Amino acid sequence: MRVGLFVTCLVDLMRPGIGFAALRLLEAAGCEVVVPAAQTCCGQPGYNSGDQKAAKALALKVLKEFDGCDYVVLPSGSCAGMIRVHYPALFKDDPSVIESIKRLSARTYELTDFLVNVVKLQNVPGRYSGSLTYHDSCSGLRELGVQAQPRTLLAMMPGVNLTEMRESTTCCGFGGTFSVKFGDISARMADNKCEHIRATGAGAIVAGDLGCLMNIEGRLRRRGDLETRVLHVAEVLAGENGLCK
Amino acid sequence: MQVTAMHFKRKASENLRNEKLQKALEKLQTKFVDGRAVAIAELPNFGEVRDAAAEIRDKVIRSLDRYLLRFEQEATARGAVVHWAETTEDVNRIVAEIAHQHGVHRIVKSKSMVSEECGLNDALETQGLEVIETDLGEYILQLAHEPPSHIVAPVVHKSKEDISDLFEEKHQRPRTVQIAELCREAREVLRPGFLSADMGISGANFIVAETGSVLIVTNEGNGRLTTTLPRVHVAITGIEKVVPTLEDVTTLLRLLPRSATGQSITNYVSVLTGTRGKDESDGPEHFHVILLDNGRSKLLGTELQPMLRCIRCGACMNHCPVYQNIGGHAYGWVYPGPMGSVLTPSFVGLENALDLPNASTFCGECAVVCPVKIPLPDLLRHLRTRQVQQHLRPWQERVALRLWSWMARRPALYALSTRIAARLLRIFSGSEKRFHYLPGVTGWTDERDMPAPAGRTFRDLYRERHSS
Repeated sequence: MRVGLFVTCLVDLMRPGIGFAALRLLEAAGCEVVVPAAQTCCGQPGYNSGDQKAAKALALKVLKEFDGCDYVVLPSGSCAGMIRVHYPALFKDDPSVIESIKRLSARTYELTDFLVNVVKLQNVPGRYSGSLTYHDSCSGLRELGVQAQPRTLLAMMPGVNLTEMRESTTCCGFGGTFSVKFGDISARMADNKCEHIRATGAGAIVAGDLGCLMNIEGRLRRRGDLETRVLHVAEVLAGENGLCK
Repeated sequence: MQVTAMHFKRKASENLRNEKLQKALEKLQTKFVDGRAVAIAELPNFGEVRDAAAEIRDKVIRSLDRYLLRFEQEATARGAVVHWAETTEDVNRIVAEIAHQHGVHRIVKSKSMVSEECGLNDALETQGLEVIETDLGEYILQLAHEPPSHIVAPVVHKSKEDISDLFEEKHQRPRTVQIAELCREAREVLRPGFLSADMGISGANFIVAETGSVLIVTNEGNGRLTTTLPRVHVAITGIEKVVPTLEDVTTLLRLLPRSATGQSITNYVSVLTGTRGKDESDGPEHFHVILLDNGRSKLLGTELQPMLRCIRCGACMNHCPVYQNIGGHAYGWVYPGPMGSVLTPSFVGLENALDLPNASTFCGECAVVCPVKIPLPDLLRHLRTRQVQQHLRPWQERVALRLWSWMARRPALYALSTRIAARLLRIFSGSEKRFHYLPGVTGWTDERDMPAPAGRTFRDLYRERHSS
């Protein structure tokens, strides 16, 4: 099974450890993983900012890059949702590519969804010891139905103690460019999230999207919380106590 | 109503700092969000009812002209007069004409968001007519000279203490903070108005094509008094509110109160058909229905057509994390929250409400809770696309996006620039590995730190490992 790993532009630039964690998980599941070298961005920033032309150009680039893969897997519900749900909408009036776009979207998965529902991973390679709470990122949750999958995987780790926070499915306020355009609204939403995290007393906040994590981490640190760890679910599942080099 | 949607950002910031408002908005979660969840859970076939409701609304909108003409025919046959209003000015003019025609002095009103759209009260008052809002929320707002901040709970932004203060000042009675006492006081003040009014004005939750009926759902009973006691009843509503049959209404009514207030049914469901009959003791002698377009028909045949399905339950705003934090007034017109962010630019012009389509994280909760399955984030995204097509976005944003997509299509250049950016940002971030201030993204760094990149891109590290 040939799996194309799309690490996403944010992981590539900000936190490559998440990409390596995803790689380790896919390899642990017995996949042959390829990482197309020319990959950049799925086009979502352009798409959600109203620039359809830019989004289409990047979508066609992704289509070409992952052409030879049986599956495309992303450590992000947001970017996976872009390919799975929004690429077909973007090309609905373009008969020349719509069929290949549909084939791409049908074989694209968010990482934990893929591990649980496609390869049916039984053992996770990482070790983690401590309490954590899980934030359900919006696109993964509402566009792809990712909710039980990360929890199923975390439950395989004997050292993990998961405490659910209140309103775990409420948006953290990231929303891509929203976080900069409407900074104070975004920060308030992040602040509410931080409050719910704090109330659990968990040592780490875990989610499946780096955008949300950066937003939550940014607000936690500004509030003076330097202790709570902010981890991608792949880092927990693949690393030694959340660290994946 | 005056449009102030261009001041969205400033107003939203003010509201975030308004502690009284913040406290008042906490009601949304407990009362509306939790309440809806319980009420929906009671409906074992919610998904099927929702599919059916969306289909009913879609069917109407696909043949809107046909259903409206049928409504007019049936309503007219039962003694009503149907008026067609293209603009809000038309509505105001028609109501004033009806008032003059029947020698009206005093008007009681039940809640109508379409009348807010028209600025009807002000228009009638300049004609020398007295207008009394009788919905408790709307009455409070009339006393306070404020616009509604929610389409179902217009006064949700106020605390009961605010209302106690207001009643004490305006009614000149001893102050009370007991909700039941406040309600009694309002009832005592309003009752003479009902008994002496010459005209009652209501909105309509639905109008029924097969019977020519106007249907309103209320909780306070004021709607029934407004529509049956005065000799003239004027119902004002948007052209999209038509529903084919009473049977269809029953389907929609299984969802509307549940989605709106978490009630399985409202205290009153009034089906108002025709004028008072010969042997009947209740009902108006004259019944007028005004159907307003005001931009609705322009949505037909466009990407925004699904918006016309809206049954005004308010679930989208109740569940919107942006609305929950800033309240309704920031949106700057009649309709707030996600549905308002689609309707306001559609009705008052894209260029007059630039922030609204962008004031969403696309979290998608609004679409999840919408009882008629309106894909609100898709509609907001479509409005963003129109903004780009019409060159309504700031040039800095356009340049930034263009540059980003241009780079992202050139992998070698992209790899080089991200390599440099990752390095530099890591170095400048110092030992804390995060920024307290970052030029260009101060919207982020004003109230949050920006985590710094790890220092090397995934692509570089991956290539290194796989070449060794």
